[in-house]
Amino acid sequence: MAEEVLAPLSGVIWKITVAPGDAVEEDDEVLVIEALKMETPVYAPCDGKVQAIHVREGDAVEEDQRLLSIE
Amino acid sequence: MAFIEGMGIFAVTPGMALMWVIGLTLIYLAIAKEYEPLLLLPMGFGILLANLPLTQLMAPGEGLIWRFYHYGVEWRIIPPLIFLGLGALTDFGPLLSQPRLIFLGAGAQVGVYLTFFLACGLGFSLEEAATIGIIGGADGPTTIFLAAELAPHLLGPCAVAAYSYMALVPLLQPPVMRLLTTANERKIKMKKGRKVGPREKLLFPIVAALAIMLMVPASAPLIAMFMLGNLFRESGVVERLTDAAQNSLLNIVTLFLGVSVGATMSADSFLRQDAIFIFCLGLLAFIISTASGILLAKLMNLFTAAKINPLIGAAGVSAVPMAARVAQKIGAQADKKNYLLMFAMGPNIAGVIGTVIAAGIFLTLLK
Repeated sequence: MAEEVLAPLSGVIWKITVAPGDAVEEDDEVLVIEALKMETPVYAPCDGKVQAIHVREGDAVEEDQRLLSIE
Repeated sequence: MAFIEGMGIFAVTPGMALMWVIGLTLIYLAIAKEYEPLLLLPMGFGILLANLPLTQLMAPGEGLIWRFYHYGVEWRIIPPLIFLGLGALTDFGPLLSQPRLIFLGAGAQVGVYLTFFLACGLGFSLEEAATIGIIGGADGPTTIFLAAELAPHLLGPCAVAAYSYMALVPLLQPPVMRLLTTANERKIKMKKGRKVGPREKLLFPIVAALAIMLMVPASAPLIAMFMLGNLFRESGVVERLTDAAQNSLLNIVTLFLGVSVGATMSADSFLRQDAIFIFCLGLLAFIISTASGILLAKLMNLFTAAKINPLIGAAGVSAVPMAARVAQKIGAQADKKNYLLMFAMGPNIAGVIGTVIAAGIFLTLLK
């Protein structure tokens, strides 16, 4: 069962720190969203493996948009 | 001989030399530390210019910088134009999504009023006290606007104080925030607000402009421009005007504002006991405003089910978006998965409007 990581706030994808297939632990940084000239890290909600990344660096994202799936 | 006698170097006073040090310090902070460089750099250079004897740059009626100051600041054209740009930059979404957060922007004006009374008690005139109190809003253009109306002789120190505290938000606010909140309060995760549609955002500047100006007409110059800029933005049909207001025009007026406000700081107007009082009282106003925003959030939590993280109350001062960023940072230190930034933008934007209204009330009562 894949867990979806949703954008906690709207902004621009600044940096993606994981790649599909990477193993992540809960609270690992997975990507960074830039909003209001501030870099805000997003963390993995659970242990698992990155299944798919749905955004690219530089994309503008809305709040609650799907960012990546962890299984 | 006449040439040598005409050289400024022999007319430099110790006060002027001290002002050079202050000006150079601002220039240093702007370049090396990047503290509000867009303002502190021209301001620092303006201070140097104002303290060069015999140049006549600030001579009433003839000096170059005096003209910038007279037509831009004394005529009160530049601060409203800055608000035009800020309006074009502002997204009212976070505020409209949780309208109750407006109260936090109002609550953070407490420092303005308490300091006003305190400054009156210390012997400042009502007009001077209002100008000093408004520093607590940490809103540069509004401070300058009010000072130009009520107490032009205090404009220099008040403007420098307001912009310094704006730049120092990341240093000044966190200790107050930690002192007044518990770790559990800082961890409060807030419920998402409702979705705000484009039509609502479009109507807001029109409705708000009418409502605020009908209630506090004296706030009109700033509010009118702020809402006009925002209407440009939300209309979506005048991309070029939005762009001009928030980029080129804002940059141009910032340039003239910085250098001419800096140039008001001649040694005899700045090196006075008053200036020290102004800096202390302004700081006090700012700290009380930070504290009252936090305490009001805690008070609101007693009555509501959807808890507010009190850290965002500190963002009720109008330093946008610095104060909101600080709320995000301190919140993330308590719980790294807590995202307060957008919630904090609500009180932050309300704080800008709150400070303008506070200034409007002073103008109505004192002018």
